[in-house]
Amino acid sequence: MNNKIFSTTIWIAVALLGATALGGIALSRGESINALWFIAAALCVHAIAYRFYAAWIAARVLVIDPTRATPAERLNNGRDYIPTNSWIVFGHHFAAIAGPGPLVGPTLAAQFGYLPGTLWILIGAVLGGCVQDMVTLFYSTRRNGRSLGQMARDELGAIGGIAALIATLLIMIILIAVLGLVVVNAMKHSPWATSTVAATIPIAMIVGLYMRNIRPGRVLEGSLLGVVLLLLAVAGGGWLDHQPGLRELFDHPGLTLAWAVIAYGFAAAILPVWLLLAPRDYLSTFIKLGTVILLALAIVWLQPSVKMPALTQFIDGSGPIFGGKLFPFVFITIACGAISGFHSLIASGTTPKLLSNERDIRMIGYGGMLLESLVAIMAMIAATVLDPGVFFAINSPAGVVGKEAAAAVAKISSWGFPVTVEQMSLLAQQMGETTLFARTGGAPSLAVGMASIFGSAFGQGMLALWYHFAIMFEAIFILTTLDAGTRVGRFMLQDMLGNIWHPLGRTSWYPSVLLTSGLVVAAWGYFLYIGVIDPNGGVNILWPLFGISNQILAAIALCVATGILVKSGKLKHAWITGLPLTWLVIITSTAAWEKITSPDVRIGFLAAANDLAGKLASGALPPEKAAVAPTLIFNQRLDAVLTLIFVSMLWLIVLDMLRICARHLRGKPVPPLSEAPHHVTQLEEAWQRD
Amino acid sequence: MAKRLNNLLATVLQWLYVSWRKLWHAIRHLSGDDAYERYLAHHSACHPDTAPLSRNEYFLHLQEQKWSGIKRCC
Repeated sequence: MNNKIFSTTIWIAVALLGATALGGIALSRGESINALWFIAAALCVHAIAYRFYAAWIAARVLVIDPTRATPAERLNNGRDYIPTNSWIVFGHHFAAIAGPGPLVGPTLAAQFGYLPGTLWILIGAVLGGCVQDMVTLFYSTRRNGRSLGQMARDELGAIGGIAALIATLLIMIILIAVLGLVVVNAMKHSPWATSTVAATIPIAMIVGLYMRNIRPGRVLEGSLLGVVLLLLAVAGGGWLDHQPGLRELFDHPGLTLAWAVIAYGFAAAILPVWLLLAPRDYLSTFIKLGTVILLALAIVWLQPSVKMPALTQFIDGSGPIFGGKLFPFVFITIACGAISGFHSLIASGTTPKLLSNERDIRMIGYGGMLLESLVAIMAMIAATVLDPGVFFAINSPAGVVGKEAAAAVAKISSWGFPVTVEQMSLLAQQMGETTLFARTGGAPSLAVGMASIFGSAFGQGMLALWYHFAIMFEAIFILTTLDAGTRVGRFMLQDMLGNIWHPLGRTSWYPSVLLTSGLVVAAWGYFLYIGVIDPNGGVNILWPLFGISNQILAAIALCVATGILVKSGKLKHAWITGLPLTWLVIITSTAAWEKITSPDVRIGFLAAANDLAGKLASGALPPEKAAVAPTLIFNQRLDAVLTLIFVSMLWLIVLDMLRICARHLRGKPVPPLSEAPHHVTQLEEAWQRD
Repeated sequence: MAKRLNNLLATVLQWLYVSWRKLWHAIRHLSGDDAYERYLAHHSACHPDTAPLSRNEYFLHLQEQKWSGIKRCC
């Protein structure tokens, strides 16, 4: 009894602290606010959601059964099905889901002020993203670790399966293009950043050779060697930046770098995995974990002030970073960190094959996503501790604020965010860069934010080192996603083409490997190329497209889950996935509608295409712009078609799911539940906690 | 007194040693550093009549298998 009172008191205290922190964040106007409140609000909201909502879903809705043998136990083959300790699975799952997305999205969404993004990250995660991850993990575990596409086909029918497959391939292409653009913008005319990022390639290969030939399988030794070399590469880049003959070798405009990234992507896709992809992934995982922990410690220790206002005037849709009103675009811009459809591909297929007991599903599915949401909150903090003027100067493309520094600061200051040319030059000099204007894509402003937080924690003298460390940190796992994504895209394409002509489906037949890798690289390379030549920065086009496709993938996962809930006779609980699904359908449909039909040239694809076509026809464009105009016009129209395909697929699968549910409720035949039969677990409790 | 202190010290050292072993074990497990040892254990338990892969072969096989599906996210 005493225990119960004690725990109730604790939870009331957590709730009160959370409410105070959230209230403080939401109601603070006009003065700066301590970043620690963001962390406190997030931790309290997460703790309550995990303790009550997630526990309720696990016990009452999914009815998790700890006595039931998991696929890892029943199908244990020592390779992909292996019963594994829950914390180890949590580590693998988190390393797989947390990529660069939760860092970039919140940074871009900070143009609306800190409040909308922060609230969406918290609410979206606890009611949407975490539920999606946990429910998908659960249903895949009950189906021998089947993938989302297979579950869609089994439970809803062929339409759902095909939609999931196409959505996955398209999202992969858009994702790689936009991430490539983020890296290119971070390296543009920066010998230090470019040489450091370039050095990660031979370093990964050295580690690969070490783990393959010198000391096979010694992952920790190899990674330690690699991390030391990476840190040396960051410092070496600073030295190189001051060598007149050398620095020009790494000083390139965006287009050259884009071609380099495309060539790299193709090489990485056809090289053996042990040489580049696998060692790079070990390094990026270690660097990522280390940096996120360091950032969390620095924020807690320093408690920096958030200087961005709660809301900016850009909620009306006139924002410089991307066009579009607060609703629906904040929800599209922040996908990873709130709800990310991509996670459902990890939560089905990979992670379920490692679970030793169903009771771990809450911690791994729901808890893993909570941690990613916390990373997104930290990215939001790093973006909003900057002076808003500086934040907008770094993130606004030249096409919006003007190419000249004086024009850009005048424009940004006129919005009410004062900034001067001197301030920007000093900052660029401190960060070891020639300029920080118009470095769009989110990575540079995040790096400046992180460098200023780390700098005040560990010494201002090393700002430039911290900045380039942060750039390297972002680039290394963006390039891992690029390698891994291209490879997965290749496998999916080979799988599809194999149905047309059998040899194309053989993953080890070299001509097929070259052809399909080339096709995948060409697809994302095209969008990357357009993003670089677009004077409005490309992010304005590509990021919303990525957000829409990622949310649509989430909607597909939630459709599958809702369908299964209804078919298992849990109609009255179907709202746990139905509610986030409805919200995703609303925001993605609205965003897609606006992206296609809006008359505003910064929002509507067709409006922008027509506007540019009109200018081209009337001869109003200067020659260098007229030369690329036809490509840009074509691209805007292509993007409109792509958006239409995405949203049509969404409606197709939602309506199909509703049809299946309606048939089931009226007692008509539907595809049967494909749950694997129940077996009692033989694993001893002591065994798993080794 | 000295004996009790000695005992206490021994207990603390023992605890530190055990904790460190546990942590090291977890790090090796999480990173895949001990994957081959775990493979050998599984192999000798389940397929004792066949020869196991060498460390080199096993590592190559593991990498190929790991990167043939979706393993990294945005």
